[in-house]
Amino acid sequence: MKPAHFDYTLASSIDEAIQCLADGDGEAIILAGGQTLMPMLSMRLARPDMVIDINEIPELAGIEARDGEIVIKACTRQAAALSSPIVNEHLPLLAKAIGNVGHLQTRNRGTVGGSLAHADPAAEIPLAALALDAQVELRNVGGRRQLTMADYFVGPMMTARESDELLVSLRFPTVGVPARVGTSFHEVSERHGDFAIVAVAARITLGGDGTCQQAAVAFGGVDACPLRIDGLESVLTGQNINAKILATAVDLIDDAIEPSSDQHASADYRRRVARKLAERAIMEALADAKRDLG
Amino acid sequence: MNAMDISVTVNGRVIRDSVIPRMSLLDFLRDRAGLTGTHMGCEHGVCGACSVIFEGVPIRSCSVLAVQANNKEVMTVEGLSNDDGSTGILQDAFRDAHAMQCGYCIPGMLVASHALLESNPNPDLDDIKEAIGGNICRCTGYIQIIEAIQLAADRMTEAKT
Repeated sequence: MKPAHFDYTLASSIDEAIQCLADGDGEAIILAGGQTLMPMLSMRLARPDMVIDINEIPELAGIEARDGEIVIKACTRQAAALSSPIVNEHLPLLAKAIGNVGHLQTRNRGTVGGSLAHADPAAEIPLAALALDAQVELRNVGGRRQLTMADYFVGPMMTARESDELLVSLRFPTVGVPARVGTSFHEVSERHGDFAIVAVAARITLGGDGTCQQAAVAFGGVDACPLRIDGLESVLTGQNINAKILATAVDLIDDAIEPSSDQHASADYRRRVARKLAERAIMEALADAKRDLG
Repeated sequence: MNAMDISVTVNGRVIRDSVIPRMSLLDFLRDRAGLTGTHMGCEHGVCGACSVIFEGVPIRSCSVLAVQANNKEVMTVEGLSNDDGSTGILQDAFRDAHAMQCGYCIPGMLVASHALLESNPNPDLDDIKEAIGGNICRCTGYIQIIEAIQLAADRMTEAKT
């Protein structure tokens, strides 16, 4: 279990990294935290000619609150995001999601951008990003572009990122008065820290009268990509969410997802878990949003 | 695939060597630095046996390249011993609590426990379970390991008072 030979470049800037990617002509790969790539190299599931290390690029690490958005730079460690005051104040859902990602040793090394770049359909960080309307910023030698999660995820471990593009940052719009926004993250996995069998991230924004102004409910592990269900969110929006409305909303899940069966769980089980976790996540997010309303 | 010169500080000792890019930090520590206390388990980031302290935080040395440790500080399980080579409080607690059977996972468990106790001298049961959650043991059922960490925490607290 040793990687095949590869050449190695320690990039010192974003410009150097994207130039290396361009020169690599599709045979170069980015090494961020290495928590996925290193095992893939060891098992020779990945056999790049060139590994471009982005761990020492200062402009790729850190979390910033800017006007109307929170920017998490791609090589920010998951542990740093989890303990970040900015994340905990403005993006508590992301903190809740990262609490389920791997273990201390992997979060100390694994990065926020790396999880997005790998795009496992059951991964927690992509799910939170989808629920929070985040966008990814991609750069290559030709310029930069920003994609919504819906446009970014293409399939299981497949994204719209071209082989010469570097994922530079993840951008979260800040919305609402924080006190009126409630979030919840639930997952079922074989062991704590494993990839989820099914995960649900919910964010509920309430108006002053207690009705739901905006609902975002994202599902992972139930389809090729993390997904949101427009109809479900519409049912919740504008309502004083109660048991009846909740039931109407979660009834829409079954037709909207296409889970597969594998060694971890059957498709049927995933369907049942998705419904149950959605109920829990929505009600918990609702209670969270009401915590300061009395 | 040209070899690269690196300089790594391991347990306070500077080690200079020339390594090919694909060598893991784990292989470097065992085969080049001669520190075989760090164990190779799964070699793909699952079992935690190869845990070391890297730049002050616990990581898995199978999932870091040796070249990435250039100019960095690493502490292995050997670094937990006292300066005279005798076992430290944490290691003694593992022995006294019968925390090891086959012992294969123990270097990783010790490193994870050390990181926990450095940041949280009085961990509760949940803190301990979270801290060793990334370390797999196939023998003990974890109970004695948890008891060993609690014992070590108590003894370290006593030693300070």
